[in-house]
Amino acid sequence: METVARSQPTAGADAAPKDATLIYRQSRWTRLTHWLWAISLFFMLLSGLQIFNARPQLYIGKESGFDYNNTVFAIGAENTATGTRGYTEIFGKRFDTTGVLGWSGPAGQETARGFPSWATIPSYYDLGTARVVHFFFAWILSTTLVVWLVASVINGHLRRDLAPRIDDLKRLPRDIVNHAKLKFHHTREYNTLQKTAYGGVLFVLLPLMIITGLAMSPSMNSVLPFLNDLLGGRQTARTIHFVVMVLLVGFFIIHMLMILAAGPINELRSIITGWYRTDPPAHSDNTPERSA
Amino acid sequence: MAKFEISRRKFLTSASLGVSGIMLSGCDAFDSGLGVGDGLRSFLEGANGLTYRAQRWLAGRDALAQEFTEADIRQPQRPNGVTAPDDDTYKGLLANNFADWRLEVSGLVEKPLSLTREQLQNMPSRTQITRHDCVEGWSCIAKWTGTPLSLVLDQAVVKPQARYVMFHCLDTIDRSLAGDIKYYGTIDLIDARHPQTILAYGLNGKPLPVENGAPLRVRVERQLGYKMPKYLYRIELVDSFAAIGGGRGGYWEDNGYDWYAGI
Repeated sequence: METVARSQPTAGADAAPKDATLIYRQSRWTRLTHWLWAISLFFMLLSGLQIFNARPQLYIGKESGFDYNNTVFAIGAENTATGTRGYTEIFGKRFDTTGVLGWSGPAGQETARGFPSWATIPSYYDLGTARVVHFFFAWILSTTLVVWLVASVINGHLRRDLAPRIDDLKRLPRDIVNHAKLKFHHTREYNTLQKTAYGGVLFVLLPLMIITGLAMSPSMNSVLPFLNDLLGGRQTARTIHFVVMVLLVGFFIIHMLMILAAGPINELRSIITGWYRTDPPAHSDNTPERSA
Repeated sequence: MAKFEISRRKFLTSASLGVSGIMLSGCDAFDSGLGVGDGLRSFLEGANGLTYRAQRWLAGRDALAQEFTEADIRQPQRPNGVTAPDDDTYKGLLANNFADWRLEVSGLVEKPLSLTREQLQNMPSRTQITRHDCVEGWSCIAKWTGTPLSLVLDQAVVKPQARYVMFHCLDTIDRSLAGDIKYYGTIDLIDARHPQTILAYGLNGKPLPVENGAPLRVRVERQLGYKMPKYLYRIELVDSFAAIGGGRGGYWEDNGYDWYAGI
């Protein structure tokens, strides 16, 4: 097979440059950091849910109210006439979440736990191990973010692909309509919604995650005592940490749906190899995707 | 040049399949290798050493934990762990209001000490309103009064080879085949000599209650609650904790928690 391939050189690499729609879209730095984030966030989410299970309540303020109520979110289990039920309480409003939140497990072997076994690392209750996993990947995640930022400033990814432009605002309505119709244009540039989503994750959500994480560290409190005051107290920081987690999960779900809708093979290829198949040049009867 | 087109139904079907696949894989696929002593776990635990060095570098020796005002004390200090030791020794000492209780200071010191409560309380004291952060995630603000540990260490004259302060406690936290396990823990000499590290005998203006560690507990304000043993009776200066318990530096540490709990 090897010799056959070598005897037909035109079929391989030489053909690529002639194909104008195949472009090199993602640099090796973008691809490497993307996958490091994907792995880190996966482990941080599942170990984080385990850590949350040790105290499945969220509070607003400097401390947790035991003699007064500053709880804004709680997962728990309670005995009722029909057996034990799991519940989730948001701002005092209670929802029955038996089977998923509060009371879950194989039929007949349910236990009281915040997030279910399938959503935590380890699957059994083990706060110490979850912390080991969480902080290991916290280092990977933060380091990756710094590496990405430096690389993206140097290689122009930031300026070229993510920096907002006036044009982004003009095309926003059209982008929203196209996304709603699951109609995607494959271009080198990110559209406005992509820029917002990626920029939001990289410059708002991940930094906020790191800041609120550090705010929970008693040692970091001695270095940056103003941080918790700024965030509204350590328990508020913990609540924000949780809310940002929910937003990141939301981003992940939309990210996956968009990839499936826009063509998973092509999208995956671009984030693995860097090469991306763009749409053929627009015909005269089509609206040009981008004038720039 | 066939464009990859996908119908809405096909899209939703594959999306839901993808999500359920992710859910299934979450189960127990990542449990192996995470037990205490496993190679993978030991590798991941290396991050704790990195955190320790980074935070020591950032905070230095004497950066103070945040202190609060009287107005921030809104509730009693929440007790946790053992709240009523069932040990005969402890109950005997409690019955006599700790008149027979002594704090022993031993190990790598020039002058071993045996201090009564009165002797400790006659030493210069420090009062601080701080936030207690439990590893579980909750916090509680309270006012603590006690003797700076550094004063006790100075009195005992720590030998140069000492590296850690080990706390021996009166409460049984666990039972094993080898017998009862009393709570124990270690901190380094940087935290031991930190200005806010006190041997507390007072809480919110009153004598330290039993559930919070009477007659004496330590406060290590830049770390989590499990680094602050209650029901103290002996302080031992050691050069290593490798031979103590499981060799990881404390009861919770031997059960998989990181030795450094500044995060």
